[in-house]
Amino acid sequence: MLNANTLAIIYLISASLFILGLKGLTHPSTARRGNYLAMTGMLLAIVATLFNPVVQNYSLILAGLAIGAVIGIMIAIKIDMKAMPQLVAAFHSLVGLTAVLVAIGTFTEHAASGQIDGVMLVELGIGSFIGAITFTGSLIAFGKLQGVLSGNPIVFKGQHLLNLALGLLTLALVFQFSQSGSLTTLLLITAIALALGFLLIIPIGGADMPVVVSMLNSYSGWAAAATGFTLQNNALIVTGALVGFSGAILSFIMCRAMNRSFISVILGGFGGSDDEESTAMQAANQGIKSAAVEDLAFMIENANRLIVVPGYGMAVAQAQHALKELTDLLDDKGIEVKFAIHPVAGRMPGHMNVLLAESDIPYDHVIEMDEINPEFSTTDVALVVGANDVTNPAAKTDKSSPIYGMPILDVEKAKYVFVIKRSMRPGYSGIENLLYFRDNCSMVFGDAKEVCESLVQELKNSM
Amino acid sequence: MTETITATGMSPAIVALFIFVLACFIGYYVIWGVTPSLHTPLISLTNAISGIIIVGAILVTGTEGATSLEQGLGFVAVMLASINIFGGFAVTQRMLSMFRKKDK
Repeated sequence: MLNANTLAIIYLISASLFILGLKGLTHPSTARRGNYLAMTGMLLAIVATLFNPVVQNYSLILAGLAIGAVIGIMIAIKIDMKAMPQLVAAFHSLVGLTAVLVAIGTFTEHAASGQIDGVMLVELGIGSFIGAITFTGSLIAFGKLQGVLSGNPIVFKGQHLLNLALGLLTLALVFQFSQSGSLTTLLLITAIALALGFLLIIPIGGADMPVVVSMLNSYSGWAAAATGFTLQNNALIVTGALVGFSGAILSFIMCRAMNRSFISVILGGFGGSDDEESTAMQAANQGIKSAAVEDLAFMIENANRLIVVPGYGMAVAQAQHALKELTDLLDDKGIEVKFAIHPVAGRMPGHMNVLLAESDIPYDHVIEMDEINPEFSTTDVALVVGANDVTNPAAKTDKSSPIYGMPILDVEKAKYVFVIKRSMRPGYSGIENLLYFRDNCSMVFGDAKEVCESLVQELKNSM
Repeated sequence: MTETITATGMSPAIVALFIFVLACFIGYYVIWGVTPSLHTPLISLTNAISGIIIVGAILVTGTEGATSLEQGLGFVAVMLASINIFGGFAVTQRMLSMFRKKDK
């Protein structure tokens, strides 16, 4: 059995290992070591807790650990990388639910033994509240990402007022709970928070999902930190703060990449599908050039440098393996290939990088927006595969556009631009892309995977 | 641990707050250093380490004199947090092993 000081020292080592683990993600070459450090930290924390003299009953704990390990590892092995956002949302909901269960269990045990005071009651109330919001909020996000629920924002009159009222009611209840210490009040706080989690996420549209995933990541951290306060456990407090800040910073980066304020994302209502625009789109169709795969192959063959701009559409069409083949082929021919990544490409931060890495495209070919933007003007061919809004010059020129001010990839500056697209349907935000009307831009209509495969075939034949 | 805290005159909640705020600063600087290409593994790794909440779940389950209801709550909590920990670390590892330089 370990005494309190030894336990505290071990938790300190755990927390330090977590910090070093996250630090490892500064570069892909140190990232795996970082993950191992964090695993070691977790192992130490769990083993130390098992030797806490308070713990008397082991069978249930070990059973829970074993069952969780089997389920967790099986999911991790099987999950499709396209489904990472859903998986992460589902995992966040588990952290939220755990925080609720721990808060309720801790309350009843401490109340029975009389070791409870007003401060602890407030902490318990907050812990359960954040946990419950994280739980239902993540479930809704999971449903939207998985396609079980519609990605369209659900808005109704008085929505924000209702949320505000529920928030204020919770504050009052937490105060009441700190005085009364009644289990009913704690359960009531939890029930309201469950409803709030649901209400907070339903108005947020599919286009804003990268922010939601990051935000719930943050909430799950704050839930862990709040639990740390109730248990006076510093490992939980430190870890919770790290995770909470990580999610918050990612939310900020995502909002900045979409030029949206965090508040406007939270209030929701953006990113619905407006069908009214489609006639305007058809009318505008005349100004658009289309090209055949042969034309594209010819231009690439004679290029020195190609930049591919992938979007989520590429992943949906499963075109990344054909793109990998294209990269290898052009590498052999001495044509430079790079991939330009917008921060919100994909459905969660960094999603596109993982999808490209999965199909063995080396990470040093994959370049972030700020770094690659100056290179477009010296590029012969830019190939847009399944990306839309992030290439729209309207973000720079058209003050009336909803995406005005959003940082974009300067695709239009390349000598020739080719866009692989199924049809002229506008993207997630429902805005037409001015890029398509530029003189140097041609559309290659078709399924991204098929077009890329026949492009590779065409290039092989002409070699 | 409790004795030393009382000796300084600080309440445990204030000590916790102190640690929390300092940890927030560490989080701020460490996370800004993470390369954008690893933001998805960052989310899955932070998700795995937020499974540290299992510490609370273990205490709820294992405490002497816990009722069977409390043990039940604790057991479910341990299991859920364990899914997070094992699933989170494993999927992070799987993703990170995909990030390779050109190896030809």
